[in-house]
Amino acid sequence: MSIFADKRTKLVVQGITGRDGSFHAKQMLEYGTQVVAGVTPGKGGQTFEGSVPIFDTMADAVRETGANASVIYVPARFAADAVYEAADSGVRLVVCITEGLPVLDMTRVMPFVRERGVRLIGPNCPGLISPGQTKIGIIPGSICREGRIGVVSRSGTLTYEIVHQLSVNGFGQSSCVGIGGDPIIGTNFIDCLEAFEADPGTDAVVMIGEIGGTDEQTAAQFVREHMQKPVVGFIAGQTAPPGRRMGHAGAIISGSSGTAAEKMAAFEEAGIGVMKRPADVVPLLKARRS
Amino acid sequence: MNLHEYQARALLKAAGVPVPDGDVATTPAEVEAIAARLGGRVVVKAQVHAGGRGKAGGVKLADDPKDARAKAEQILGMQIKGLTVQKVLVVPAADIASESYVGIIVDRASQRPVFMVSPAGGVDIEQVAAETPEKIFREPIDPRYGLLTHQAMGLAFHLYRDIAQVRQAATVMQKLYRAFFDAGASLAEINPLVTTPDGTVLALDAKIVVDDNELERRPKIAALRDTSSEAPSEVEAREANLTYIKLDGNVGCCVNGAGLAMATMDLVKYYGGDPANFLDIGGSSNPAKVVSALKIITSDKNVKAILFNIFGGITRCDDVANGIVAATKEFTLDRPMVIRLTGTNDTLAVQILKKAGFEALTDMDEAVQQAVKLAKGAA
Repeated sequence: MSIFADKRTKLVVQGITGRDGSFHAKQMLEYGTQVVAGVTPGKGGQTFEGSVPIFDTMADAVRETGANASVIYVPARFAADAVYEAADSGVRLVVCITEGLPVLDMTRVMPFVRERGVRLIGPNCPGLISPGQTKIGIIPGSICREGRIGVVSRSGTLTYEIVHQLSVNGFGQSSCVGIGGDPIIGTNFIDCLEAFEADPGTDAVVMIGEIGGTDEQTAAQFVREHMQKPVVGFIAGQTAPPGRRMGHAGAIISGSSGTAAEKMAAFEEAGIGVMKRPADVVPLLKARRS
Repeated sequence: MNLHEYQARALLKAAGVPVPDGDVATTPAEVEAIAARLGGRVVVKAQVHAGGRGKAGGVKLADDPKDARAKAEQILGMQIKGLTVQKVLVVPAADIASESYVGIIVDRASQRPVFMVSPAGGVDIEQVAAETPEKIFREPIDPRYGLLTHQAMGLAFHLYRDIAQVRQAATVMQKLYRAFFDAGASLAEINPLVTTPDGTVLALDAKIVVDDNELERRPKIAALRDTSSEAPSEVEAREANLTYIKLDGNVGCCVNGAGLAMATMDLVKYYGGDPANFLDIGGSSNPAKVVSALKIITSDKNVKAILFNIFGGITRCDDVANGIVAATKEFTLDRPMVIRLTGTNDTLAVQILKKAGFEALTDMDEAVQQAVKLAKGAA
C-alpha cells in the first residue's frame, strides 16, 4: 500500500522534451511508472522514446489518455503557469519538481489548486516514490525497498541518506514523499501524516524536517492528538546561524523562531522519537516496534 | 536579497509614498554638499545590511554642513557587525509627533501576504511582538485583490484617531503594498511611519527584502545588488552557482543538497568538531563546480580539514570525483581531505579517485569522525 500514488497512477510529464524532463521520464519508465503522456507546447503529435505520446496542452493529454497525475520539470519562469494548467486539466495530483518559484506566485497558486480540489506536492521537491509501484519525480529508485515505513521530508539528498539507512537495515518503505524546502508548499507534513495514519500498508513514519517556520511544531501537535502509529523525526540545521538562508528558501531562522532546538523539543513533547543524527533512525524504529 | 535603506526609500518614493528629501553619498565632501542643499540639521545614516546601526554609532545627527562632513568622516569606513560602511544616507532631521510601524511579510502558515501595523513604532518590531503582542494588528491579504481600501482604513484606525491622518496612512499602506508586490519582496516595512507636528504622515525609514527567486524576471531590482557589502567568498560562490555561508569552525564542508549539508554540519558538531561553512554544490553536478567549491573552501584560512559528503541522486559521484582530481591539478591542496561518496556512479568515482591517490569512504558517520580528528590534529 502507499499514499497519494500507486501502480494505477497514470502520469503526464510536463516538460518531457527538456533536459531534466526527458532524463527523469526515462528513469520513471524504467522504474515501472505508468507514464502515459508528455506535454511540450509545439511538439504535440511526436512521441517520446517511441512509446509515450506528446501533446501540446495538458487538456489534450488528459482527454486522450485518462491521466490522473502530472509531474512538472519546466524551468522556474514557466512553472507557476504549468501548475495552473495542470490543475485546470482534471488531474488530481500535481508534483512540481522545479526549484525557484517566487513565493508571491505561490500565494496565488495555492487558492487556485485548493478551489479545484487538486493536491499539489512541492514546488522545489524531489517528488514521491511508492517502492515497487510507482515513482513520480527524482528520488533514486535504487535506494528504496518495498516495505511498511512511511517517509516524509522537506529535504532531498538528506532523505536519500535516511532512506538508504532504512533499506540496508531491512526497513522497506510504503511511500517516501519529499514535500520541498520552500516557505509555501502545496502538501505539508500534516497532510502526509494523516495519509500514513490511514494507510493500512504503513506501520510507522519517519519525518525529516529542518530549521525555519513552524510546520514541524504543528505536525508534532497533530501526532500527539491524532496518531496511533509510531513516529520518529530528525531536524537538520542544529548548527545553523540565525538570519541566514541555508540553501532552501524556507530554511531560515528568524529571530528566535524556527530553530532546531525548538522543533526537537516539540517532537520530544509529542512522543516522537528524536534522531540526533541520521544513523539513529534504525535503532529508534526498532525500539518503537518492540 | 536585502536592499539598502536608500534603495528601499527610492522604490517607495517611486510608488508615491511620501519620504523626506535626501540623498546617498560615499565621501564626506558629498555629504557636506547634500547637507548644504537640504539646509538645517541633518541625520547621517550608515548604509549596511545590519540591524542596530544606531547603537553601533552608525546614525548621527549633525547641526550644519560642516558638522555633517565631520560625522560622515566618523561613519564612512567604520565597521558594523563585520561590515565596512561604504555609503551613507543624508536626510533632514524631522520633527516627530508620533512613530508607528507598518509592514508586510509573506506568512508561511496562512500562505498569504500579511499586513502588520503597530502604534509602537521606531523600535524593533520583533521586540514589540515579544513584549507587547497586543500592540500589533494583522490583516491577511488575498493576493488576487491586493490590500483593499476598507482593510487599509481598518489598519490605519489602529494607528491614528484624526481622520485626515487615517486616510494618509491608508494610502501609504496601499502604495507600500504596490511597491512590495512590484519589487517581488518577501518583506517590506516602514519603521517608523511618523507624523510631523503639522499632521503630515511620512515614511522615515524603509526596509525591503527581495525574494531571490524574483530576480531573474526583475533585472532592475537585481541590479540593486551591492556586492561590496557582502563577504567576497559568498559573492564568488553565487557566481559559481553554489550556496556558501561562512561560519567560524575549521572543518570545511562540501555537500550536495541543502538538507544534507545542514545535517553534515550538525554531525561535525555531534562528533566534537566545528563546521567552517555551509556549502551546497546543488543538484546537477559538473566537475567545474567542484573546483570552484574547493577554491572557496580553501580560501578560508581557518579550515584545517576538508570533508566531502555526497549522496548521488541527480548528482553523479563520478562528476564530483573528476572535479576533485581537476582541482588538485589546478592548485595544491595543502590541507587533508576526507571524501565520502554513495549513490549514482559511486564505483566509478572510487576508481577515479584511487587512480589519483585518494581514498573514498561510504559511511557518513565514519567520514565526519575522520575529518573532525584531522582538523583537531592540525589545529
